[in-house]
Amino acid sequence: MLQIEDLSVAFRTRKGEVNPVRGISFEVARGEQLGIVGESGSGKSVTSYALMRILDAGGEIRTGTISYGGIDLRRAAERDMRSIRGREISMIFQNPRAALNPIRKVGHQIEDVLLQHAQATRQDARAKAIEALEAVRIADPQARYDAYPFELSGGMCQRVVIAIALACSPRLLIADEPTTGLDITTQKSVMDLIRELARAREMGSILITHDLGLAAQYCDRIVVMKDGRIVETGAPQRLFTEPEHPYTRRLVDATPVVGASIRSLLPAEARTPEPAHRVQDHPVLEAVDLVKTYPSKSGPVQAVKGISFAIRAGQSLGLVGESGCGKSTTSEMIVRLLDPSSGKILFDGQDIAAVPAARFAWHPLRREIQMVFQDATDSLNPRDTGASAIAEPLARMGGLGGRALKARVAELADLVGLPQPLLSRYPHQLSGGQKARVGIARAIALEPKLLILDEPTAALDVSIQAVVLNLLVDLRARLGMSYLFVSHDLNVVRLLCDEVIVMKGGEIIERGPTAQVMSAPAHPYTRALIEAAPQPPVKTPA
Amino acid sequence: MAKDTLTAAEAPPRRDGTLAHIGHVLRENPVTMLAFAMLGFFLGCALLGPVLVPYDPLATEAARALEPPSFEHWFGTDNLGRDVFSRVIVATRLDLTISVAAVALSFAFGSVLGGMAGYWGGWIDAVLNRCLDTIMAFPLFVLAMGVVAALGNTVENIIYATAIINIPFYARLVRAEVNIRRNAGFARAARLAGNGDLRVLAVHIFPNALPPMMVQVSLNLGWAILNAAGLSFIGLGVRPPTPEWGIMVAEGANFIVSGEWWLAVFPGLWLMLAVFTFNLLGDGLRDIVDPRKRT
Repeated sequence: MLQIEDLSVAFRTRKGEVNPVRGISFEVARGEQLGIVGESGSGKSVTSYALMRILDAGGEIRTGTISYGGIDLRRAAERDMRSIRGREISMIFQNPRAALNPIRKVGHQIEDVLLQHAQATRQDARAKAIEALEAVRIADPQARYDAYPFELSGGMCQRVVIAIALACSPRLLIADEPTTGLDITTQKSVMDLIRELARAREMGSILITHDLGLAAQYCDRIVVMKDGRIVETGAPQRLFTEPEHPYTRRLVDATPVVGASIRSLLPAEARTPEPAHRVQDHPVLEAVDLVKTYPSKSGPVQAVKGISFAIRAGQSLGLVGESGCGKSTTSEMIVRLLDPSSGKILFDGQDIAAVPAARFAWHPLRREIQMVFQDATDSLNPRDTGASAIAEPLARMGGLGGRALKARVAELADLVGLPQPLLSRYPHQLSGGQKARVGIARAIALEPKLLILDEPTAALDVSIQAVVLNLLVDLRARLGMSYLFVSHDLNVVRLLCDEVIVMKGGEIIERGPTAQVMSAPAHPYTRALIEAAPQPPVKTPA
Repeated sequence: MAKDTLTAAEAPPRRDGTLAHIGHVLRENPVTMLAFAMLGFFLGCALLGPVLVPYDPLATEAARALEPPSFEHWFGTDNLGRDVFSRVIVATRLDLTISVAAVALSFAFGSVLGGMAGYWGGWIDAVLNRCLDTIMAFPLFVLAMGVVAALGNTVENIIYATAIINIPFYARLVRAEVNIRRNAGFARAARLAGNGDLRVLAVHIFPNALPPMMVQVSLNLGWAILNAAGLSFIGLGVRPPTPEWGIMVAEGANFIVSGEWWLAVFPGLWLMLAVFTFNLLGDGLRDIVDPRKRT
């Protein structure tokens, strides 16, 4: 149905020409679910923009043909393209909230598409829009028709986006990272929905993702892209069991699946024995009856409802839950950026919750509790070089200066594997993995006893995630730190943590040794979380 | 990983000092280059003008009053026989001083007020906003007139008046820029690194507001000059015979009807060029203070 041959795309930039796509060919058969997998910068999104002819300014298709059902999309007039987009080929974008107009009712946004492509008249538009909402299984579509995007959850917004994309019954659906930023259970229901609708309508689909596991579960065939080229194509089962290209093997290895160990995520040649860490009996931190209440329009809301837990010295504790479960609020209270409404936080027996967060900056224990933030880009000051970011806590609390400070920064850079020349760069000149290293180096600069890791790998590609996780394991063994690892992804938590706590609605619903929680979850919600994770085919031991 | 860090490490180490960066910004954009060249010219006039000009700007010579531009008097002479060229050049120092001082004052006060309001919010924010609203509710030029009339007719008071009417623009801008960053990851990280609120605000958050501020500063410098000239034009502020562009235009305007156009046109032209220069400067200044342009 769709045939792409020798497609290459070029962008003109200040520093000369960039070629994100360099001669790729693939096809999508009628009703086929194709996955395009690659890490950031591999050209997978640009490919889809090129075939929809919505490349940014400065981008142009250099060579190749794109033919869709016999129409040459590369040469089609802009007018024809407009009727093809949405009507024949539809697209779902990464951030559903950004894809919807925030000040229009979702029902009207669906009607717009229907009217635009003459699929409905003024009279029956409303009925058809509600029908479209029904099709994506939104509860109470009549009421949701009048909702604004901000009133809906992320998963609901993505359903509305899908409803818009499918409103005109396209024959091909392109989904560009449709579940990034969604919770893992929402991801599963959205992906299930897309697959089901595609099957029912005999619609072809292209799933663009960085997550090989997800693509393997939902696609018939996978194209692996790297640096603008296709390195391998094949059925998911085959890719996982016998990947031909070394890059595919790296990706397969780096995907955390059931049974993988943390070292097995790395390429075979980089695997060293995993260092053991020693867990002691005395707790380094105890949270007792922590409560956080926020005021809201409809009375106070309890984000955290009196939870208690302890982290023993040297232990890694996983804190798992989906967005809104209170895990971020909890970690902010522990790291003393936020004051709890009530409850105690005992660090080595001393109640640090008694000191207000605003004054904790001068507390002697400030240096013992540090944090690695979720978004490495956001957590680095755009005006500071890597070196000054790492030097900040050392200069403020470590009392270092001059040459000693410089030496310590260099030492830390070595410790996290950041090449020295990169230290003088600004954050925007560093890659995602490098920024994550700067953030980790800054957090461990004062060798804190407790390090809070707030989804440190959520924004990273899988291969970089593998490296960062392994770095954390090495640092733990070397510096004897305790970790509080906050994440929504049980598969990742499992690799790093000795014990795990599952939170839902501000309460702890399950806790225990990681292996036990993973293999025999007691609470149905924990089970749902485990099952929602993509289940790629089991790989061959390498 | 191995790959992403390695390739970056292989890249030649860059030496990107501030001077080199400024050089790069100037080379990149000829308009910025022109603006900086003109700024250099005006600064030169301000610093060296009184030494360089051919005539004493205050010396009258009744015999040669109202002569049109000639080789001897480039911009002609005024009704008292003073050399217009000398007066225009000498006036640069006063006009630039007024505008730079006024803008520096409003920048400083606006930043402090806006930073506090944006960072702590709450009642500080509410009170500050209402005060700024009150200032902005007046026609700004009339407000400046009132301030100068009330405080007295001196150069300092022109500066204060100009600063007051500009504070709201800076405060609003800083408030918005600080507000979106007060809970940014890097601000929280700075707190973890042992910085108190004040240091987080001043050292980590505020500098990020500089790029848009620079655009505001450059536009404001132009406005401030116009404002000072305007006040002098209507008889407030600088008093004759001090050379100042606004007064010169005001005095020269009387002679336009009788054909002596050079009295008003040349100081007006200089005023226009100065405002033009500052307006052109904006983008360049922003690029200089924005580390993201250092690629």
